[in-house]
Amino acid sequence: MAHEETVYEALDHAHGGEGQWAFGTGFDEPLAGVDTTVPEGIDPADLGAYCLMLGDDALVLCQRLTQWVTNAPELEEEVALANCGLDLLGQARLLLARAGSVGVLGRSRERATASIPDEDALAYFRDPDEFRHSGLVEAPNGDFGQTVVRLLAASAWRVALFARLRESRDPVLAAIAAKGVPELTYHRDHAARWVLRLGDGTPESHRRTQAGVDAVWPLLADLFTATDVETRLTAAGVAVDPAELLDEVRDVLTLVLERATLTVPEWPAPQPSRGRAGDHGPESAVLIAELQATAREHPAATW
Amino acid sequence: MSAPTLDRPVPDETALQQQFDATIAADHRIEPRDWMPEGYRKGLIRQIAQHAHSEIIGMQPEGDWLLAAPSLRRKAILLAKVQDEAGHGLYLYSAAETLGADRADLTDKLIERKQKYSSIFNYPTLTYADVGVIGWLVDGAAICNQVPLCRSSYGPYARAMIRVCKEESFHQRQGYELLMTMMRGTDAQRAMVQDAVDRWWWPSLMMFGPPDDDSPNSAQSMAWGVKRHTNDELRQRFVDMSVPQAEVLGVTLPDPELAPDPETGRYRFGPIDWSEFKQVLAGNGPCNDERIARRRAARDDNAWVTEAATAYADKHAAVGA
Repeated sequence: MAHEETVYEALDHAHGGEGQWAFGTGFDEPLAGVDTTVPEGIDPADLGAYCLMLGDDALVLCQRLTQWVTNAPELEEEVALANCGLDLLGQARLLLARAGSVGVLGRSRERATASIPDEDALAYFRDPDEFRHSGLVEAPNGDFGQTVVRLLAASAWRVALFARLRESRDPVLAAIAAKGVPELTYHRDHAARWVLRLGDGTPESHRRTQAGVDAVWPLLADLFTATDVETRLTAAGVAVDPAELLDEVRDVLTLVLERATLTVPEWPAPQPSRGRAGDHGPESAVLIAELQATAREHPAATW
Repeated sequence: MSAPTLDRPVPDETALQQQFDATIAADHRIEPRDWMPEGYRKGLIRQIAQHAHSEIIGMQPEGDWLLAAPSLRRKAILLAKVQDEAGHGLYLYSAAETLGADRADLTDKLIERKQKYSSIFNYPTLTYADVGVIGWLVDGAAICNQVPLCRSSYGPYARAMIRVCKEESFHQRQGYELLMTMMRGTDAQRAMVQDAVDRWWWPSLMMFGPPDDDSPNSAQSMAWGVKRHTNDELRQRFVDMSVPQAEVLGVTLPDPELAPDPETGRYRFGPIDWSEFKQVLAGNGPCNDERIARRRAARDDNAWVTEAATAYADKHAAVGA
């Protein structure tokens, strides 16, 4: 038993190496070592605003998925939803850091101390009306059926977008999108499998999931109308006009719902997004207050 | 266990017992298909289930900070950690299932309080420093307990422990790193760390279980090679390991009697309040009800999901057949 003399030596001796770990103990800025120069002809303010929209979507949906951790139907689902949340959190960190790298920090930089990195200044020191996420991700989870319907819709939209953004003229955004596509494809697949099981499971699960579909559907209305920022960036080859995503998203959702024996509601008429303009429902204020509580209680702290 | 198959002769139990004893004596592994005494099987199921329950309940105290983690990096670290704990629970329930137990049944026993989990998780997490201290002390104590279990005589448990220990040791370093960062921060952060250490130190020492002269299951577990060191030995190791780490961190451990013993080179520490331990173990800790209620709600409120998944699988298996 000599090799157990100190447990750490034993552990290191027997099972050394830590290359497999996702998170080290040092601090790396998400974009450390990346050339963040903005290519010519791209307005940095627009690019930053666009990254905030996409970053906030990911951050807010991560918060929603995290609410299932310790409450999920199965342990496997605790792992899976946490995993989707982690992927989205990673995307949020990169996108917020990209916004910060082009100087789009809003009022957050006045509130956050200099030692707080841009990603955290943006996540923790903006007010709710400075967030740019969509109404789809801010809506409360509802039951597990509604949660997976929303995850399906959100990931179908996002994977359609990110697949196209791989060609963005901003190389940083293109790289973030390329990293995100396989993650989002997995989320979409995971959610679709649950919608199939629940839609075509028991009468109760069918009823609940149909109710989830009916609750989520109206939220799709404001995902497909470009903001002025998106219109300008699309013309500059940086962004994608969300109207372009409509056919793909509708096809994916229709296919899954029909296979799941669910009724596909009438597609809502596209309308300008309130969320992208910073106009959020009361649920957002609660969600953001919770997100920011610790950081704002100790504004001078380092974590 | 199942009845012997048709033509095979019924093995002689004495011979089987001898073979089992020889395997244990040679420090080899018992595997799921091997014969084992009923007491060994039952004791292992009890120990592994208790360990699995601890991982699952242990998600809650830290999980309470997931939504309010103070930076995105800390949120990512914590979410990955809590996810790892769910994974540990899964490996451990699987190890218990190799002994004939059923995960749903074990979960029911947890919820009905027929099986226990580590008492430490019945304490609340009051500040973000608690997340760091849980990593440093609670995971540290768990590692001291679990590293020897990597050599447990039961193969599936030993193998699960190897992976669990690797991940726990990583969590411990992350927890310690959080505390180091906080100690370099503001006065309020340093005070938070000290307060968390004050609250978690003694419960961490209790994680090793009752003293050796009051530990009903220890002797048999040691003889069977399921357990490798006594509770008091492991507790002493943990104290010896933690004192220098506390010094580096710059916190005071809340024990005026804590001092090096020049004769043994180890640390002497003050008496543990076992009445508190027994109270918490009996279900009267600050968060026992809340912890169990969360698991009960997860099971009951989502029962329709599991039923639907089963119905779907049955339906599509029938179609495929």
